[in-house]
Amino acid sequence: MSALVLDRITIALGERRLIDSFSLIVAPGTVTTVMGPSGAGKSTLLSYVSGTLDPVFTGTGHVILGGDEMTYLRPEKRRIGILFQDDLLFPHLSVGDNLAFGLAASVRGRAERRARIEAALEEAELSGFASRDPATLSGGQRQRVAVMRALLAEPRALLLDEPFARLDMALRDRFRAFVFGHALRRGLPVLLVTHDPDDARAAAGPVIDLGAPPV
Amino acid sequence: MLRLAPVLTLALFLAPVAAGLLGTLLPAFHYLPALGGATVDLQPWRDLADWPGLPRSLLITVVTGFGATILSLLVALFILARLPRGALLRRLHSALPPLLATPHAAMAIGFAFLVAPSGWLARLLSPWATGWERPPDLLVVQDPWGFAIIAGLVLKEVPYLLLVGLAALGHMKVDRTLALGASLGYSPRTAWFRTVLPTLYTQLRLPVYAVLAFSHSVVDVALILGPSNPPTLGPQILRWFSEPDLRFQFVAAAAAMLQLALVVIGIALWRAGEIVVAALGRSLVRRGSRPRAIVDVAPPLAILLVITAGLALLAIALWSLAGSWRFPAALPQVFTVDTWRSQGMGLVTPVLLTAALAVLATLAALLLALACLENERRHGLHPGRGALWLIYVPLLVPQTAFLVGMQIVLIRLRLDGTWLALVWTHLVFVLPYLFLTLAESWRRLDPRYARTAACLGAGPARILFAVVLPMMVRPILAAVAVGFAVSAGLYLPTLFAGAGRFATLTTEAVTLSGSADRRVVGAFALLQAALPLAVYAVALLLPAVLFRNRRGLRGMG
Repeated sequence: MSALVLDRITIALGERRLIDSFSLIVAPGTVTTVMGPSGAGKSTLLSYVSGTLDPVFTGTGHVILGGDEMTYLRPEKRRIGILFQDDLLFPHLSVGDNLAFGLAASVRGRAERRARIEAALEEAELSGFASRDPATLSGGQRQRVAVMRALLAEPRALLLDEPFARLDMALRDRFRAFVFGHALRRGLPVLLVTHDPDDARAAAGPVIDLGAPPV
Repeated sequence: MLRLAPVLTLALFLAPVAAGLLGTLLPAFHYLPALGGATVDLQPWRDLADWPGLPRSLLITVVTGFGATILSLLVALFILARLPRGALLRRLHSALPPLLATPHAAMAIGFAFLVAPSGWLARLLSPWATGWERPPDLLVVQDPWGFAIIAGLVLKEVPYLLLVGLAALGHMKVDRTLALGASLGYSPRTAWFRTVLPTLYTQLRLPVYAVLAFSHSVVDVALILGPSNPPTLGPQILRWFSEPDLRFQFVAAAAAMLQLALVVIGIALWRAGEIVVAALGRSLVRRGSRPRAIVDVAPPLAILLVITAGLALLAIALWSLAGSWRFPAALPQVFTVDTWRSQGMGLVTPVLLTAALAVLATLAALLLALACLENERRHGLHPGRGALWLIYVPLLVPQTAFLVGMQIVLIRLRLDGTWLALVWTHLVFVLPYLFLTLAESWRRLDPRYARTAACLGAGPARILFAVVLPMMVRPILAAVAVGFAVSAGLYLPTLFAGAGRFATLTTEAVTLSGSADRRVVGAFALLQAALPLAVYAVALLLPAVLFRNRRGLRGMG
């Protein structure tokens, strides 16, 4: 498996530099946490890495994944998955179709694709939920579907944009274990941004504070 | 390709306006070689000034223009101010689509049927309350001051301003603002007018200007409800323009330019009025007065509006089904479908023509609007206020001012009376409303859906067709319904671009409205109202059926 390398990334909004020459190596199978107060540009950093930076920003610096240059690739070619605070399940698609949307096109054949989706649902303890309307699921269930959708796309790295912030305390621990467990079992490099120190502790990896200069 | 969409769209819908204005401006100064006017002089203006009806016509034009706008805005604001706390008024929401869908002409005809001396209202109240055994000799409609025009316009413009206002309020935290106001000792209405209105009005400004321009230059409503000797400026321009003696074309052009000047001055005056009202408002805020609301005018105003409009539409339907209906009977003695049967094909052809025209213009406008909005979304553009003004251009320039010239240009291009000219002209009016309706919801779509899809490996086309468009089905259908209704209700543009050869429901209804047979007028007006309403109903019901198992889509749009 392959590391995610951020090389001297600078993101500016007009004259103001949000991120200044930020470099980082996320080893495969580890979670690196970037902390910082809101407005520090954590989410903006992730959108640069995934290739979806809003054009009002200007970004420079390299994103390298497993030795491959990602910087100039379109987001859909990068195979970098992302999870947000909200699950962002497509409301017009059933749970199963949301997963099918994510499932890599290389998995062919109706039966095979359906089997993969059923297996993913089972992993998320949601067997039999394929035909359900996402709006009828609980917040925790929806988040688990979102995770499985991201993983079915067979990403080579995973970005987490405060995905635990909306969940209540009791759910949060279980969901963290769920996300980290799945990502690390696949040996993915995971980059987590958060302002919650508990997230960083649970991630049990390197922690970088955006407020302070990176180590 | 997509990057060209905004430029192409602007060119397609502003070029006719620009060409039309030029085509009006030149003949207004007697320059129109085709008609023997090769020199530039002021003859058309002298002819215009010689018209004895001019001062009176200008006066009632301004009275109806400002009267309708001020009244519509005030009614809309009082209703909007009361909305956060009014369960009854919230139900108004469901009454809005039918009011919006009904074309101006149908509403005006219905209103005339309702309040005329021999109208339904007089019949309902006679003779037990009024003592009238025969219709009284009162000039209720076509009154010399144009009050009936004002009433007819208010019935249509209040729903429009309410719709715009409701959309704008949806983005504001009104409840919290009013709660804060209450904690400082302000009644909700006072708090609303001093804190919510200033922000809301920035969103209402352009729609209000559009109402002002429309009310100054309206033709169909004025033909149905207005005085005839002299009429307001709009119908008079049409009268000159339709004169067989082509010299009157020059007078019509000069009058159309005068109309434009009137609207420009009107908007400038309105802007000055805004500044004065804002200053007065600020001084009230500084004084910190806390007046107590004495009467709650909003519910009666809303009820009066809805009931009047409802009865007007009902009156149309009644007359179209009436056999013998002697004054002062409250209802027809005999109900019959004879009118419908005798009109037969005379009704079918205009229905098909109206529908075909509306479908073509709406589809063209929809494709352009989708291309522009997708371009915005894909490239993260945020169009500014300048772009918004451009979209409003066809709504701010009085129709007469550029339609007169556009007709002249079309004749030169030998395009007058063709489907191309007709659809294109309709597009000019359909596009702004359709675009604004759609953009509202489109721009509110959470951009992270598209980002998530991209990170799942979806390219731009798949994001558009598999994520964005399905999520936007409801707003797209709503915008289509709006576009269809706008097209179906267009009178003057259909008349001018169609060179009088295309008889739509609207042109037929307006033409017939002068005739004595209310039954036939009623049949045309009813169809004219029913057609856009049917499209509205489909637009509202279809997504509910398509997405009956998708609760998360209900909030969209």
